[in-house]
Amino acid sequence: MTPPVRPATNLDAAHRLDLLRQMLFIRRFEEKCVELYSGGEIRGFVHLYIGEEAVAVGVNSALTPDDNIVSTYREHGHALVRGVPLDSVMAEMYGKVTGCSHGRGGSMHLFDTSRRFYGGNAIVGGGLPLAVGIALADKMRGQSRVTACFFGDGAVAEGEFHECMNLAALWELPVLFCCENNRYAMGTAIERAQAQTDLAVRAGSYGMPAWPVDGMDVLAVERSAGLAAETVRSGGGPHFLELRTYRFRAHSMYDPELYRNKDEVELWKERDPITALAEQMRAAGELSDGDLASIEDELARAITESVSSARSAPAEDVRDLAKFVYTPRQS
Amino acid sequence: MSVSGARAKSARARPARAEPARTEPARVEPAAGASEQIQTTYREAMRAAIRDAMQRDDRVFLMGEDVGRYGGCFAVSMGLLAEFGPERIRDTPLSESAFVGAGIGAAMAGMRPIVEIMTVNFSLLALDQILNNAATLLHMSGGQVGVPLVIRMTTGAGRQVAAQHSHSLEGWYTHIPGLRVLAPATLEDARGMLWTALEDPDPVLIFEHGSLYNAKGMLAADAGAVDIDSAAIRRPGGDVTLIAYGGTLGKALAAAEALEQDGIDAEVIDLRTLRPLDDATIIGSVARTHRAVIVDEGWRSGSLAAEISARIMEQAFFDLDAPVQRVCSAEVPIPYARHLEAAALPQVDGVVAAVRTVVG
Repeated sequence: MTPPVRPATNLDAAHRLDLLRQMLFIRRFEEKCVELYSGGEIRGFVHLYIGEEAVAVGVNSALTPDDNIVSTYREHGHALVRGVPLDSVMAEMYGKVTGCSHGRGGSMHLFDTSRRFYGGNAIVGGGLPLAVGIALADKMRGQSRVTACFFGDGAVAEGEFHECMNLAALWELPVLFCCENNRYAMGTAIERAQAQTDLAVRAGSYGMPAWPVDGMDVLAVERSAGLAAETVRSGGGPHFLELRTYRFRAHSMYDPELYRNKDEVELWKERDPITALAEQMRAAGELSDGDLASIEDELARAITESVSSARSAPAEDVRDLAKFVYTPRQS
Repeated sequence: MSVSGARAKSARARPARAEPARTEPARVEPAAGASEQIQTTYREAMRAAIRDAMQRDDRVFLMGEDVGRYGGCFAVSMGLLAEFGPERIRDTPLSESAFVGAGIGAAMAGMRPIVEIMTVNFSLLALDQILNNAATLLHMSGGQVGVPLVIRMTTGAGRQVAAQHSHSLEGWYTHIPGLRVLAPATLEDARGMLWTALEDPDPVLIFEHGSLYNAKGMLAADAGAVDIDSAAIRRPGGDVTLIAYGGTLGKALAAAEALEQDGIDAEVIDLRTLRPLDDATIIGSVARTHRAVIVDEGWRSGSLAAEISARIMEQAFFDLDAPVQRVCSAEVPIPYARHLEAAALPQVDGVVAAVRTVVG
């Protein structure tokens, strides 16, 4: 018996449902982080991605498991949709030895080289040269990988950004630059920091294809990222996407948000990427309350389990403090 | 000077110091054997090392400003472009942060890059990448991300190139866990350290003193890899330990020759590896000579010499017959005028004078 042929629309619907699930996954994970942070269970700098989920989900969906990702300190979403196991991410938030960085990194430094996830970098712009170098290595060895490099609008003001745009374009390297323009470099609005706020224009001046994308629309992100990634992969040189998005929460947990008014935030919340996709799917008859409830149940269960597993996970032995400073040598 | 005070203190605090046996210290020289010797220079030895590495391992490539068509700012890579092509002898724009970071990224992705920074002065433009990425990634990734990268750069003063081109900042880099810092001072090390550094799974910085490139001498034709762990005793002696590296080794050796005329038998240590320091060789020597003078072209405050002095104090206090002396650069930006520059830098006379304050 041959399996029934599913109409293409249903496949697309299943795909959209998966995108929705991934965005909800990030959202619910981070909401749990807020709760745990408030309760004092996790510490350090925690930068929430809430509001920006469509960017990570859309871009990642356009990549293959063989592609590379270099990320920022606001990288929970990138890590989770990349497939870095939830338990290991949560354990890292707890600083446990079972964390994806053995408790050495915390929220800002999630790593999983088995998934070609080269980490959260907490120096603004600091990951761009790494992405350029990873892409250089791939090009020199004839690999057809794309290196997706995430950074914020703040990074565009760094000299390193311009050095890297130039180098990647000059050497025609397979980098997909993903600028998450959430309009604020911590507390400095883009108009107060950038002489040219049209960031794609800046990147375009280095001779690479660059365009703005509605970063609140996961399908638009996926489409643009897919188009760009395929060109990058086939030797078209670096591409730049300015993903226009918005951070609903504070910059980090210590931020009283004196720099923006509440109306602006509320206005952007009306464009919540999760609500937007859900409504679109409901209107098309692709999403029922039952679908949503079952996704929410599944996520809640997994996140709750990750918390209990992180709580009971062992801490690194203090005698291993100096581990991972140098690679152990065989002698 | 508080030499007499220190003596009184040490005499009081050190009632029964056993005189250590005068064993001949192990010399860390490549075994020359009966192999053929060739005349070469430090520059040529360095170039031979790069060529050798490129031939041995496809993953190795050289990247930096003017390393290709120009032949290298100090002509170290002259001719290598024709031999290996522009992919592997890779000229970069003047973007220290980007190309050092790209070297880190390429190393993370399995290559074995040699990144040349024209001089240590320009390395400040890449300091973020060196410290926050190269030195840190292994640790903050919980051991997942190794950075097998070699960064070479010229260091030091003495060529009348004034304040912005005369720094000796290798001591700063020795402050950073996660890095290994080398200072080849001899032809053997210029030839042999690079390959060992490339085999190291962690980032290695090689500081080449600008005054050494033209240094001539004989080198075994088959000279090869040397260790990058230990200091070397370049001149054995019993009266005082001179501790030097890179550009100050020659000055320390010249001072030792001068002191010999006065009957003072100086031992000269070439640190070779500045991080991690080879405490055993330093402390072992001081235990024999009971006196130490450190010759360091860095500024005195917060210098590598300060660190070595502290280690001697911590580990060999009761072996000392005199306070440790430091001969460092004067605490001024290095001036252009020849006589002023000379006055700012450690010189043979200064080393001799420092030794006289601790001996006799």
